[in-house]
Amino acid sequence: MSRVQEKINLVRFHLDHKSHITIDPEKCAACTTKPCLFACPAGMFTLSEEELLYSHEGCLECGTCYVVCPKGSVDWHYPRGGFGVSFREA
Amino acid sequence: MKQAKQFEVIVVGAGPAGATAALKLARAGRKVALLERGEYPGAKNVSGAAIYGMDFMESLIPRFSRQAPLERCITRKILGFMTPASSLLIDFKNDPAATPPFHGFSVLRPKFDRWLAEQAEQAGAVLLCGTTATGLIREKEQVVGVRTDRAQGDLWADTVIAADGVNSFLAKEAGLQRAFHPHEISLGVKEIIHLPAPVIEDRFQLSGNEGTALETVGAITGKVNGGGFLYTNRDSLSLGVVCQISTMMQYRAKPDDLLELFKNHPTIRPLIRGGRTKEYSAHMVPEGGWKMFPRLYGPGMLVAGDAAGFVLVTGYLLLGINFAMMSGAAAADTVLEAGQKGDFSSKSLALYEKYLNRYHLFTTFKRFKHTPEFVSNPNVQNIYPEFVCRFMESLYQVTEGPIPGPAALGWSALKQSGLSAGKVAKDMVQIGRTFL
Repeated sequence: MSRVQEKINLVRFHLDHKSHITIDPEKCAACTTKPCLFACPAGMFTLSEEELLYSHEGCLECGTCYVVCPKGSVDWHYPRGGFGVSFREA
Repeated sequence: MKQAKQFEVIVVGAGPAGATAALKLARAGRKVALLERGEYPGAKNVSGAAIYGMDFMESLIPRFSRQAPLERCITRKILGFMTPASSLLIDFKNDPAATPPFHGFSVLRPKFDRWLAEQAEQAGAVLLCGTTATGLIREKEQVVGVRTDRAQGDLWADTVIAADGVNSFLAKEAGLQRAFHPHEISLGVKEIIHLPAPVIEDRFQLSGNEGTALETVGAITGKVNGGGFLYTNRDSLSLGVVCQISTMMQYRAKPDDLLELFKNHPTIRPLIRGGRTKEYSAHMVPEGGWKMFPRLYGPGMLVAGDAAGFVLVTGYLLLGINFAMMSGAAAADTVLEAGQKGDFSSKSLALYEKYLNRYHLFTTFKRFKHTPEFVSNPNVQNIYPEFVCRFMESLYQVTEGPIPGPAALGWSALKQSGLSAGKVAKDMVQIGRTFL
C-alpha cells in the first residue's frame, strides 16, 4: 500500500456512490503534462495503460486538481451535503 | 415561481467568517440561516492552525480566550531558515504572551469552528448542516436566495453572504471571482501527530498551556516555493508544508513527498519522534492578497473570508482566521444598515467597504500588496537560507590555518551561494519596496 493511501486510511469519509469529480476522457487523452497525477495530495488520479483513471473515494476536497488541470477537463464540485471527508482534528 | 422568503439572510459556510456573520445578525434579531455542507461545522476546514488578533475576538465574544476551545497560547515563535542538512532558527520566547491579551493560540478547526457556529446557533441562527449550496437564485441581476441539495432545497432571503471558502463556487457563479492563477494559490498538506502533553512541554520548553509556532523557509520544499510549519496543540502537533501550486507544477513535485522531506529534516525529526499520525488533510490557501481579491459585493450578495481571499502572507505573519471573522462581522453590519433602508442593491451593499475598513482590512492588505512576490522570490525562498546556513557553518569551522574574519567568511558564503553584490542590492530594493 502506498504511503499516501496509508494516510488516507486515517481519515473518516462518508462515501457517496455518486462521484463529485468528473473528467473529459478525450481532453485527458490529449493532455501531455497531466499534473493531476502528482499534484493531488490524495493520489486520486492514476494512469493505466495511457488511460487516466480517477476516484472520488479518498478526495480531501482541496480543489487542486481543477486548478492545475491545463485542459479544463477536471470538473470538481463539492460532494452532496453531509458526504465526503469529515475531519475530526485537522 | 416566487416563493415566500424563509429567511432575511442566508450565510453559506459555517467557518469563522460565516459563523461570525450569523452570530452578529442573529444577535440583532435577523432571521438568519447558516448553511454548512459538512456533517458539522469544521468537518471540511483545514488550516495551520493558529489564530491571532485576540482583541477583536474578545470584543465579539466576551471572555473568548477562556471560553473557546483553544489548544495552547503561543509564547514561542520560531522562524527557521533551512538547507537540507542545517537550519538557522530565530527563536523568540515571550513570557507575557502567556497572559491576556495574548498573541494567539493554536486551534483544531473541527473543534473551534464547531464551537463558534454553536455561539451563532445559541444567538438564534438556524444552523443547517449537511447542506451544500448548489447555486444562486436570481431575479434579474438580484441574488434572492440559494439552491441547496436538501429536499425542497430552495432557500430565499434578502441577502446571501458567501463564506463558502477558497473554492467559492458562489462568488464565481455570481461573476465576482475569476478563475485562479496557479501562482496565487498554495496547497497546504498536513498531519496531526499525537504526542503526550508532558512530552510536548519538555520537547518544546513550555510550561502549562504555553505553545510554540515554528515556521520555516528554505530547502524543505525543494525548489518549490513554500515553507513548513509546526504548531503545538495540547496533546498533538500540527505539522505540514504549504507549496505554491505553480512551482509545484513546474517541478512536478508531489505534495506528500514534500511533507515527508519536512518531517525527515534533521531539525524536525527529533521533535516528532515517537509521535503517531492521527489524521492527514489538505487545503488550498489563497495567498495572492490584494491582487486576487474578487469584487466583494454584488446585488443581494457579499463575499467574506477565504472566499474573498482575506489571507495575509508577509513572510513573518500568516493570518486568515482573524480576517475571516472581521469580514464576517463587516458583512453582518452591512446587511443590518442596508436593511434599515430596505435596499439590498449593489450600490447599497457598497457599504461593505466602509465596514471592512473599520477593521482596517484594506489598509493592511494594500500595505502588504507586494509581499506575495517577495515571498515567492527564489532568492528569498532558497538562496538566502542557504547563504545564512553556509555562513554560520563557516563561522564555527575551526581549522589549523589562520582563522578568517567574519567579513571574509560572509563574502565567501555569498559567492558560494551564487549571490553577488548586484543581486543582493536588487533584492534589497525589493525588500524596501515591499515593506517600507
